[in-house]
Amino acid sequence: MLGEGILKGMAETARNFIGSYHDPERLTTVEFPEKRIPAKQNARNFPFLVYDGVDPDMGLRCVACQICEKECPPQCIYIVKDAAKKPDYLGKMQFQPKVFDIDVSVCMSCQICVEVCPFEAIKMDTDFELSNPDRFGGLLQDKHRLSRPNEYYHKIHPTEASEVDARLAAEKAKAEAKARADAEAKAKAAAAASTAKPANPPQPATAK
Amino acid sequence: MMGDFFKGLLVMIWRVMTDQPDPKAEFLSVFPGGLQPLVSAVLSVSPIILVFATLFALTTWLERKGLGRIQNRLGPNRVGPYGLFQPIADGLKMLTKEDIVPRSADKVVHFLAPIAFLVPTLLAYAVLPYGRNLVPVNFDAGILFFFAVGASTELSIFMAGWSSRNKYSLLGAMRAIAQMISYEIPLILSSVTVIMIAGSLSLVEIVEQQGGYQFGWLPGWFVFTPWGLAGFVIFLIASLAESNRSPFDIPEAESELIAGHLTEYSGFKYALFFLAEYLGMFAVSGLAATLFLGGWRAPSPFLEWVPSYVWFLSKLVSLVCLFIWIRGTVPRLRVDQLLNFAWKFMLPMSLLNLLAAAAWHFTATWNFIGAGPGRWLLCAAMIAVPYVLLGRALTGGKKWTRRTYRFAE
Repeated sequence: MLGEGILKGMAETARNFIGSYHDPERLTTVEFPEKRIPAKQNARNFPFLVYDGVDPDMGLRCVACQICEKECPPQCIYIVKDAAKKPDYLGKMQFQPKVFDIDVSVCMSCQICVEVCPFEAIKMDTDFELSNPDRFGGLLQDKHRLSRPNEYYHKIHPTEASEVDARLAAEKAKAEAKARADAEAKAKAAAAASTAKPANPPQPATAK
Repeated sequence: MMGDFFKGLLVMIWRVMTDQPDPKAEFLSVFPGGLQPLVSAVLSVSPIILVFATLFALTTWLERKGLGRIQNRLGPNRVGPYGLFQPIADGLKMLTKEDIVPRSADKVVHFLAPIAFLVPTLLAYAVLPYGRNLVPVNFDAGILFFFAVGASTELSIFMAGWSSRNKYSLLGAMRAIAQMISYEIPLILSSVTVIMIAGSLSLVEIVEQQGGYQFGWLPGWFVFTPWGLAGFVIFLIASLAESNRSPFDIPEAESELIAGHLTEYSGFKYALFFLAEYLGMFAVSGLAATLFLGGWRAPSPFLEWVPSYVWFLSKLVSLVCLFIWIRGTVPRLRVDQLLNFAWKFMLPMSLLNLLAAAAWHFTATWNFIGAGPGRWLLCAAMIAVPYVLLGRALTGGKKWTRRTYRFAE
């Protein structure tokens, strides 16, 4: 009959109205500044740089390849390469960023920098309280403000971080195995060579 | 002189509080004869503005709280206890905002529109009987006056929409005109039933007619008759549309038209529109209470000792709560649905309701056994049968099912 649906709807809203008073479980919102809902794993707001170990400068995974800078749609990333190199997690010498700035006011939280990074160096943070009274310095985050330890990454995105860690460990193991195999092959070749020329002992390849 | 003044004032307040007739007489006699009409007018107008402006503030709070609870939220609760001072904060915000007038707007009309909206709305309050002896102006044709000034708000909405020189404003104003003219007809036709039965256009007289109790407990309100109940429902739906309330808020549909005719208004002018809209809602709720819910009359014989204006206000506030409840429940209509509903359903139903009221009037002289229930059943059937048939015809016997998508999913 006409009007039945409206009455049903009115009953439903009345149930919600009364229910919200005696059943706190129904309330979907919390009193924000005092109470907080822990951020969801899939939440993302603003990128940060991951570093391994304790030293943000030495452990920084970023190698200043500048792919994120080029891919960033609103162009909010600014990178200057450092001349000095440092070893990455495989022990290879890599460049590092001298300057790595992201402008909060320009970033649109699209996560493209994270998608394109081949070094798992940039990830999305769940922190959303980025407002700042200083609209130039305060909103332009530099390398040191962006750097967060890997443990922090584990804390906010546990699933994703363990998956990344597993992959990096596998790569490292693979690289080590390859290095070892290379070293053995070299050693064999050297041994074969040394039988001919014993004066030159083989130098084993260093793999960290 | 001063002694007389304060004594007169106290006597007046006492007489108002205790429902006594002609409460102003003693206080007015303090003033010289020439001043008396003016003072009398001020004394009538100021309480109305005071009470209903306060009610407006409280209603905005109540509405936000109620809608919040309906949506399982808390609603405003930061300013003052339970967020009660929220209207004050909102008001301060409104009043300190910059008043922006579009460069290409018709400045005079843009300025006049909020005033032209508020003044008729306030005028409508003049004829409502707030209590047993509380009616600012007792017109013989009070209800006619009410509808006449109420209808002029349509003009001001169109003024606002036209003068803003904004497509959204104009579209909103066009929609408002279409909607208000369509729903004015069922609104007036449903109150015509009351006029027919009461035999008077005076709101005071209409309330008088609703006195007494049937079977000793059922109040003689018009809503407790078949035509009265149907008329009340039609009146409520039409008054929702008249006051631009959800689900009939298409003139200011925020998801389609920004804010309709209010798009180019800011600051104090916007606040005036907002105030006038709510005052219009209160006025029309007050009229609904007067016409169908017995006005200031108590709902049962042993509650007669409560002052009459308390009953009037509580009926008005209950209707406002009902409006808020409906707003929290029903989604907005499309324009075609709105007009179809007005012309294909509301208009035939209110015409049939007129017939039912006429039947009720002419069967009042029936005098045989079972005449009372028979008369009741006849009139109820005259409304219920067409309602069911019309409802079936309009929905086409369709059952609402889950929507299936051909290309999505």
